Amino acid sequence: MAIKVINEKCKGCALCVKACPFDAIDMIEKLAVINEKCTACNQCIPACPFQAIEKTAEEEAKVDLSQYKDVWVYTEQRNGKLMNVALELLGEGYRLSREIGNDAKVCAVLIGGNVEHLVKELYAYGADKVYMISDPLLERYTTDGYTKVLTDAIREYKPEIVIFGATHIGRDLAPRVAARLDTGLTADCTRLDVNTGNYIDYLEKYTTVNTEGLDRNNGDKNLKQTRPAFGGNLMATIVCPSHRPQMSTVRPGVMNKRERDDKAVGELVKVNHKLSKEDIHTNVVEVVKAAKELVSLTDAQIICSGGRGLGDASGFELIKKFADKVGGVVGASRAAVDAGWIDHSHQVGQTGTTVKPKIYFACGISGAIQHLAGMQTSDTIIAINKDPEAPIFEVADFGIVGDLYKVIPEIMAKWDEN
Amino acid sequence: MKIIVCVKQVPDTNEVKIDPVKGTLIRDGVPSILNHDDANALEEALRIKDQYPDTHITVLTMGPPQAKDMLTDCLAMGADEAILLSDRALGGSDTWATSNALAAGIRKIGDFDLIFAGRQAIDGDTAQVGPQLAEKLGLPQVTYVKEFSFNGRDITVKRALEDGYEVIQLQMPCLLTAIKELNKPRYMPVKGIYKACEKEITVWNAKDINVDLKKVGLEASPTNVHRSFTPAPKGKGIMIDGDSPKDLADKLVAKLKEKHII
Repeated sequence: MAIKVINEKCKGCALCVKACPFDAIDMIEKLAVINEKCTACNQCIPACPFQAIEKTAEEEAKVDLSQYKDVWVYTEQRNGKLMNVALELLGEGYRLSREIGNDAKVCAVLIGGNVEHLVKELYAYGADKVYMISDPLLERYTTDGYTKVLTDAIREYKPEIVIFGATHIGRDLAPRVAARLDTGLTADCTRLDVNTGNYIDYLEKYTTVNTEGLDRNNGDKNLKQTRPAFGGNLMATIVCPSHRPQMSTVRPGVMNKRERDDKAVGELVKVNHKLSKEDIHTNVVEVVKAAKELVSLTDAQIICSGGRGLGDASGFELIKKFADKVGGVVGASRAAVDAGWIDHSHQVGQTGTTVKPKIYFACGISGAIQHLAGMQTSDTIIAINKDPEAPIFEVADFGIVGDLYKVIPEIMAKWDEN
Repeated sequence: MKIIVCVKQVPDTNEVKIDPVKGTLIRDGVPSILNHDDANALEEALRIKDQYPDTHITVLTMGPPQAKDMLTDCLAMGADEAILLSDRALGGSDTWATSNALAAGIRKIGDFDLIFAGRQAIDGDTAQVGPQLAEKLGLPQVTYVKEFSFNGRDITVKRALEDGYEVIQLQMPCLLTAIKELNKPRYMPVKGIYKACEKEITVWNAKDINVDLKKVGLEASPTNVHRSFTPAPKGKGIMIDGDSPKDLADKLVAKLKEKHII
C-alpha cells in the first residue's frame, strides 16, 4: 500500500498539504510530493479536487489464509480471578465468530498456575471452547513464559483472530507474541468488525465518512480494527490483510459482555506445552496491591470529573462530596493529574481511562481533545464551566456556564429532593 | 556501562485542535517535541551517568531529517551520542517494521548493557515498539517501569499495574520501558546546549544498517490503514440559562428528570 501523486493531474493547489495530518506532503516545484512521514492514512485522497492522488495496492497472500479459522480471546486472570475485560472480549469474540460464520468458534485461552476452576465461568460468558495452558511456572505473569506458551499454541491451532484486553499485562504480552509470529497487531481498538455491512452501518452512524458507493456485500472478511489515532483527533480503521492471525488489543470498558448463562457448556482443550525454568528471564519477587482505594472508572454509572478549573487540589474535596451524593466515582482531566492534585488512577482520557457512564459531569474541564477521546461516548454529558467558549460544551448534552463552586452545592441540594 | 535510549519526535497532540466546521485537524503551528515517556527514559539513563560518569549514553531514533532537532535536545540534556535512522525506505513502517529497523540500528551500534525506551508515544499510543524491539533482539523486557535500581548486572524494578505494582528482578542486557512516575526529566543546562551544538548527529540510511528491505517500510508492514476519518460531531446540547446558581441547578435537575436520565 502506498500513496502516489499522479504528476500529470496535480495542479499544485496544496489542498492535500492542508488535509494531511502527518505533515507528509511537500510542495516541490508546484507538485505535491509525498515524504517519508506518510502513513497511508488516505486523508489526502478525497481532499484533492483533481483526483491526482491514488492509493496503489499490491497485495499478495503471504500465508495460506484458509488454514486459519477461530476467534481467540486471551482471557486474562490475576490471582485466579478473571479480569472484567476478559468477559467483555468473550462477548465481542462471540459476535465476531458468528460474523465469520462457517462454524468458526469463539475460544478462550486461559493461562495460569491452577486455573481450571475458571473454565465454567468462561463457558457461561460465551466461550465455545477453552484452551487451557496450566503450569506452576505460569502461576504469575511473566513476559517470557506467557509469550512462549501462547505463541506455540497459536502456531499449533491457527486462530484467525486473537484479541487481548489492553491492560498493562495485555499490552506487554500481545506485542511480544505478534513480533514472534511476525504478524500485525493493532493497539487499543474501540470497534471491531468482520462483516462489511455492519462496519458500514457504524461508519454511517458515528462518523463523517460518506458511505455512498461502499459495497455492503463485498465479502471482505478481514478484521476491520478501528481505534483512535493522533491523540483521538482522528479515527483509523486498520487491517492486516496478508498475515495471520489478525491481532488486536481492545480497550477495557468498550465491548459488551454476554448475559451470564450458567447452563452453557463448551469443550475443554488442555494444551501441551514445553516450558522450562530457563525460558523465563525475569523473576517476579512480589505483587503489591496499592493501598489506595481502587477507582473503578470503567464500571461507574456516574462519574464526576474535575479539571484545571478547580483552581487547586482542594477542589477535589468538593468533587468527592458531589460524587458521594450522586453515587458516582471521581474522575479527573490530565491537567488536574499533571498538576499533582489527584492520582493518575482517576484520569479520564486518551492516556487515562476510557469511560462510558450513564452520566458524566465535567466540572471545570475545558475539553482538550485527549480528554474528549476518553469520555465522549458517555450517555449523557453535563458540563459546568466558567468559560462559555470551552470546547467541552461542543460535546455536552447539558451545559451550565457558571462558577462550579456555587453551582455544584446547589445541584447536590436539589438531588436530595429526588 | 553502555546505554541505548530509544526516543521519538512527536507532534504535541495537546496543541492539536479540530476545525469545528470542517471537522479536520488544525496542525498549523503545532510544535514537535521529545515524546514524554521517552524523556523519562533518557532521564533514567542520565541519572545512572550522574552516578557513574564513565557511562556512555546513545540516543537512537527513526524519523525524517527534522528529528535531528529533538536529538540535539537529547544531547543538550546530557546524552553522549545521537543516531538518526532516516530513509524513505523506512517511512510508513508500522510497529513491527519499526522494531525491525531499530533492531538493525542497535545491531550496528554493537555492544550495550541496557536499552531504555518510553512506554508509548503520544501520537500513536500503541506501546508496541518497546516489546517488539526486545523480541527482535531476543532480550528480556519489563514495561511500565516506575522505579529502577541496579547492582552490578542485577536489576530490580517496580512495574506499574492498574491497581498496584510488581517487583521484578532481571539481568542485563535487557529492555525497559519508562512511564511518567519513574522520574522527573531535567531541563537542558545552558552548558549542555552549547556542547550539543558542537556535536555531530550520526545519520544512517537503510543500507548503513544493513536491514532487509522486506522487513521495513510501508509495503512490508503487516498492518495498514484501511480508512481514516473524524468522528461525527455530536449535536449541540442544551445550554441551561438561569439567574442564580440555584436556578441553574434546579433547571438542570428538572431537565434530567424530564428526560428520565435520573
